[in-house]
Amino acid sequence: MGSVTATVAPPTDAHVTPWFRTFGAIVAAGFRRHATYRQAAVAGVVTNTVFGFLRCYIFLAATGAAGTVAGYDRAQLATFVWAGQGLLAVIAIWGWTELADRIRTGEVAADLLRPVHPVTSYLAADVGRAGFAALARLVPPLVIGPFFFAVYLPRQWATVPLFVLSVLLAVVICFGCRYLVNATAYWLQDVRGPMILWTLGSGVLAGLYFPLGFLPGWLESTLRYGTPFPSILQVPLDVLVEREPMSTGLGLVGIQCGWAVLLLALCRLVQRRAERRLVVQGG
Amino acid sequence: MAEGGSALRAYRSLLGAQARAQASYRTSFVVDLVGNVGATVFDVVTVLVIFGVTRELGGFTLRETLVVVGLSSSGFATADLLVGNIERLPRYVRTGLFDAVLVRPLAALPQLLLMDVPLRKLSRAVFGLAVLLYALASAGIDWTPGRVALAVVVPPAAVVFFASVFVTTATVSFYWVDSGELANSVTYGGRDFTSYPITVYGGWFRALFAYGMGFAFVSYHPALALLGRADPLGLPPWVGWVSPGVALVAASVAALAWRVGIRHYRSTGS
Repeated sequence: MGSVTATVAPPTDAHVTPWFRTFGAIVAAGFRRHATYRQAAVAGVVTNTVFGFLRCYIFLAATGAAGTVAGYDRAQLATFVWAGQGLLAVIAIWGWTELADRIRTGEVAADLLRPVHPVTSYLAADVGRAGFAALARLVPPLVIGPFFFAVYLPRQWATVPLFVLSVLLAVVICFGCRYLVNATAYWLQDVRGPMILWTLGSGVLAGLYFPLGFLPGWLESTLRYGTPFPSILQVPLDVLVEREPMSTGLGLVGIQCGWAVLLLALCRLVQRRAERRLVVQGG
Repeated sequence: MAEGGSALRAYRSLLGAQARAQASYRTSFVVDLVGNVGATVFDVVTVLVIFGVTRELGGFTLRETLVVVGLSSSGFATADLLVGNIERLPRYVRTGLFDAVLVRPLAALPQLLLMDVPLRKLSRAVFGLAVLLYALASAGIDWTPGRVALAVVVPPAAVVFFASVFVTTATVSFYWVDSGELANSVTYGGRDFTSYPITVYGGWFRALFAYGMGFAFVSYHPALALLGRADPLGLPPWVGWVSPGVALVAASVAALAWRVGIRHYRSTGS
């Protein structure tokens, strides 16, 4: 054995069952940890509701006389907006700097000593967090929206499981992106720059500021198939409002699978590289 | 008098230390400057993209809407530069850092604002102003002395209004420690609300934001007065001229909320 770090395969042969048990335990811990921030969840729901009203009114004003825009009718737009406000919290698109903070303070050394790969343990904690957010942050806007706007309900039963799968993949993809942004702290120390670029780029490219269908067709296709951003928000929403036939929806979820695998692999690669140059100050 | 001078010196050295600290991470600072322009650029791009799929929004053309956008984004960006840091107050209250602020022999509010001066937001304020100037120049406004005066007075009034909103909403954290992003719903929500003609909104939601909180006076009514358009919602034309007065009322409310809030403050004791 050469160096021993969390990312070097442990000497004993890994069993699948204990791995899942560990992963499940961290997921549960992540859920419980975030379930304690109840006041913050309420405040978040209020904010999502205000923005739900704002965006819904603005997009509906763009539909004009025909009542449709970019392949969405008015009800589909309303569902897109309100479900999108809930999904924002489930994927936790903004504000996660935990890893970067731990790298800057050196606390990340404790993560590296654990017998679980840091990418795996942070992902598990994030899945747990997303689970709580799905209950506390996704359900309220889905309930509030229909009181004030005519919303679209899926017409095919298969849309619902496909939406759930798409959201789960969106959580993983968004986690991968955020992990990479945070990991720049290994090289930069101060991650404010990369963080602000992520905050900006993710909001507009994921379809939060406006549905990407408002853009010219070639630009939407490039973003959809060439970047991971639409996969974290726009894709699950398009699946939910059945903007395109089921076959297209399946294809989009397939692309999400590709991004999820690619990004997690990239996270592990970056982590491996970073450990070679990480110097933790002090004792 | 001498006391005032020393306080001023203290503020100046706080500001200087901040500027030096931020400039020491040079690459990050430049990325910050660029990134901050981006936030306002995307707000304007969003309006352009929406006008890419529709010819008019709530009865207003792109050129008319840009006047509304310009007033809103220049006002918000400048207020954010000057007092936007107050949105860190919840964290200071939660972590107990606010105690340290209170025991120092300087006023709490200026200290908080100077603790992390966001020099990086300078770029955003400049861009907001550029959008406003472009919009005013291209909207085909029939300039009269009165309208020139209005165009000069309204942008600072918008700054005062947004600054008041920042301070007022931040005081919520004196009562509700974990208020988190609650303030955002009014500050950033207000920014988005004022970026469009209020005719696009409806019902009680419009009434609450436009007149309950006064956001209609930031950009919508002044823009109508500048453009010489009658209000489709039926308010008389002089309403566009009262926005400086509304800004002063907002500032008084903010000052009162701050005083009451800080008296109510109980340390989290950690």
